[in-house]
Amino acid sequence: MPGVAEPLLQVRDLRTWFLTDSGPVRAVDGVSFDVHAGETLGVVGESGSGKSVCAKSIMRLLDEPARIVGGSILFKGRDLAHLDDEGIRAVRGREIAMVFQDPMTSLNPVLRIARQLIEAMTAHGRFTVAAARRRAIDLLRRMGVAAADRTVNSFPHQFSGGMRQRVMLAMGFSNEPSLLIADEPTTALDVTIQAQILDLLRGLNRDLGTAVILISHDLGVISNICSRVLVMYAGEVVEEGAPEALLTDPRHPYTWALLHAAPRIDAQAEDRRLITIEGQPPDPRAWPSGCRFRARCPFAVEKCAEHPELLPVEAGRAARCWVTQEGGALHTPERARAGGAAPVDPPPAVPILEISGLRKHFPLAKETFFARQRVLRAVDGVDLQVIAGETVGLVGESGCGKSTLARLVTRLHEPTDGRIVFAGTDITHASQAAIRPLRRRMQMIFQDPYASLNPRMTIGEILAGPLILHGIAGDAAAARTRVAELLDLVGLPGQSVRRFPHEFSGGQRQRISIARALAVGPDFVVADEPISALDVNIQAQIINLMVDLQERLGLTYLFIAHDLAVVRHVCDRIAVLYLGKIMEVGPAAALFSRPLHPYTRTLISAAPVPDPRVERARRHVPMKGEPPSALDPPSGCRFRTRCPIAEQRCALQEPPLLEAAAGQRVACHFPGRLSDADARDL
Amino acid sequence: MSDIALPAIASARTRWLRRYGLAAFGAAVILAWVLAAIFAPWLTRYDPNLVDVAMRLRPPSASNWLGTDALGRDVATRVIHGARVSLTVGMVVVLVGALFGTLLGAAAAYARGWAEEGLMRLTDLVFCFPPIILAMAIAAALGIGTVNTVIAMLVVWWPKFARLSRSLVISQRSMEYVEAAQSIGFGPAHILLRQIIPNAVGPLVVLVTLDLGNAILVFAGLSFLGLGTVPPTPEWGSMVGEGRELVQQWWVATFPGLAILTVVMAFNFMGDGFRDWLDPHARRR
Repeated sequence: MPGVAEPLLQVRDLRTWFLTDSGPVRAVDGVSFDVHAGETLGVVGESGSGKSVCAKSIMRLLDEPARIVGGSILFKGRDLAHLDDEGIRAVRGREIAMVFQDPMTSLNPVLRIARQLIEAMTAHGRFTVAAARRRAIDLLRRMGVAAADRTVNSFPHQFSGGMRQRVMLAMGFSNEPSLLIADEPTTALDVTIQAQILDLLRGLNRDLGTAVILISHDLGVISNICSRVLVMYAGEVVEEGAPEALLTDPRHPYTWALLHAAPRIDAQAEDRRLITIEGQPPDPRAWPSGCRFRARCPFAVEKCAEHPELLPVEAGRAARCWVTQEGGALHTPERARAGGAAPVDPPPAVPILEISGLRKHFPLAKETFFARQRVLRAVDGVDLQVIAGETVGLVGESGCGKSTLARLVTRLHEPTDGRIVFAGTDITHASQAAIRPLRRRMQMIFQDPYASLNPRMTIGEILAGPLILHGIAGDAAAARTRVAELLDLVGLPGQSVRRFPHEFSGGQRQRISIARALAVGPDFVVADEPISALDVNIQAQIINLMVDLQERLGLTYLFIAHDLAVVRHVCDRIAVLYLGKIMEVGPAAALFSRPLHPYTRTLISAAPVPDPRVERARRHVPMKGEPPSALDPPSGCRFRTRCPIAEQRCALQEPPLLEAAAGQRVACHFPGRLSDADARDL
Repeated sequence: MSDIALPAIASARTRWLRRYGLAAFGAAVILAWVLAAIFAPWLTRYDPNLVDVAMRLRPPSASNWLGTDALGRDVATRVIHGARVSLTVGMVVVLVGALFGTLLGAAAAYARGWAEEGLMRLTDLVFCFPPIILAMAIAAALGIGTVNTVIAMLVVWWPKFARLSRSLVISQRSMEYVEAAQSIGFGPAHILLRQIIPNAVGPLVVLVTLDLGNAILVFAGLSFLGLGTVPPTPEWGSMVGEGRELVQQWWVATFPGLAILTVVMAFNFMGDGFRDWLDPHARRR
């Protein structure tokens, strides 16, 4: 048990501030924790909580104006906070390694993988070039890179994101460090690849005994790997403990809020509204004097005006909260009920959107003049119906064509083949002028709240534009009134009209984006990953808003997401997309309780659950390899190359999308075989 | 925490001066020249074109501060009047060139396809020649005169704005706000002019400012070679040209040369200031 030995890393009262022109930004403000040899420590918190700055402080990878202004970082008898440049260089890479979030930018694009790995090893003088080369190949093999002796000579751009993250891990482990810091290592990856990388990380920790600090915003990822968890809020640690205890019985209201705001893939929700906390994290230039969470805390008492210390609440647990210090419990409150939204009779099933045989092929530039024209089959034969009033979810990994499908439905792209009928009108090849009147009924919400609002226009101009274009508001006064109504509808203050988008947070911008879509009074809204760029609590607020709006305005949603838990939570029906084709479509509850397609089954099993006990009991179906390229999809069934139950027939014959259970259609030769095999094993 | 020693933070005024001091100086110099050009007749004691052979080639003195030239004209008067031609030509060439080039480049980038391809090849054609040689050739073909020289310069000038605005529009058009505008139903003209171009003006403004000095320099160069203004119109480049043989009478060529130097440098300082102001990375420091 490492508890007896001296900890590997001791961080004490660490303060890292950004000394900006407008005063110090106290990003990390008094953080203390230990990491023991071989331990896995998870750090969670929303963006701006200071978790990444904390990790960079340990590696001393801070750029001006960030500076460690106080505290110590003791690592093997040295204080990293006060080590000179030469001393810290000997530690970096050799004794502490770091893996970053974005595998696309953390490798040098002009150097071969082999050279980057070899340089990482020879830099510390421990290996000769020849030995380092052999070791590089061994490491890549250990990280699960296929044909490592050949691929080691590739350039980074020839690798997918997941493969690059494996290379980063190989580089991290190349000098046998005693500590690895992984900063959101799987956030940029698809859920099946995430499961593979987390599996790899767990195995490396077990086999090599390297301690790991895993930083993530996702409680599911943390609970999957870590033996201890730190929760950070506003530059401080607010709770610390083992994941089993912390995630089932949180002792800090912020942990409690994080836990309740995220929908869970293993639970059927009775209500689509999630529990959220109000407001925004405080300004790091001026933290409030008392408990920093007080303004948003549903449990706050008078004493919270005093700043609480991180004190033990139980053996091995500590929390920074007056309420739980005094034995108070954090109850799950009654969910807010929607006002007067009594279940009405199911509306007659009128399809508002019908897609059949839809294809979109993008011709790519030829590599050489005589080369064969290559075609990216982004959407390759999709049939889908959306009934008025329902929410249809569209899930799949990146590159499966879900965003292209959204842009075909809204006719931002023109289909190559197939038919789109919206509200009884065939819009497959309609001109933009012909579609313009229909755009009043069909609108879109975009993924990136930072790119989807024109930075040079005020909120008033952004919202009034569609009203004037479609002649909804006759004059300026009518437009102003309608804009005020819209802002009120999405829960933004009326004085927002004169502000510019950069003055708003991500969540508020997404509200503006929703208001813009609703300005023309549509009945059908395509939402392309509307919450994936947001923090979990803000995600919950936006989901609640969308659910409210649907009830009040009778909207129909086509909801695109990669997060299965979210899709399960908000959707009536779900379509699973793989390489431009629908693999399975059916009612949300049925699809999750008994997925008929092996792809659906593996996707569900790859999504982590924020509860280590559930996580251990779940049966994981490992997904083999990476998705094939949409340039050249496999013959027969597209999923067969990664399918655990594929047979010879799958390569020869493409399975049609057929009804296999009530309302549940699946494109597989052996529907339900994988799920039924699980059921027998349990 | 009060026990943490914070490094002294420079006062707001020091920081502003460090960042924009040169730009402010440049702007002041430009302002001074613009005022001098506007009020030239009131600022000077002589007629710029008054020939007085008896007074030729006098060194700087109390009555002629910057001396007189080969025809006995007051150099100070001619330098101040020369600002009128130089500044006007510089602004006309750059602003008209920028407007034309920007709109053409932006439209081509938004349309894609053969329009873009054709336009870019046309700009390549212009870029094949050294700009001042090409302008000289065109000006010589059109005949000497200020207007003809301006036309010649415009031909050489617009392509760089077309290229810059094309690349700016291409980077903007993949932003989601453009798709949002399309999905609302706005037409291409509205999206390009009202949504994309306002987001691309920053780098264009920087280029315009840096280019004003450049245009004045090129025009002075053409005048020096005898292509720009028709004599006796006072113009800096032709004044330098008239004085180039007069080694002993250094003041004839030096002072108009200094005028060119100050204006060009002032515009460069201003352009650099604009660039820093628009660049969020430089700004944060």
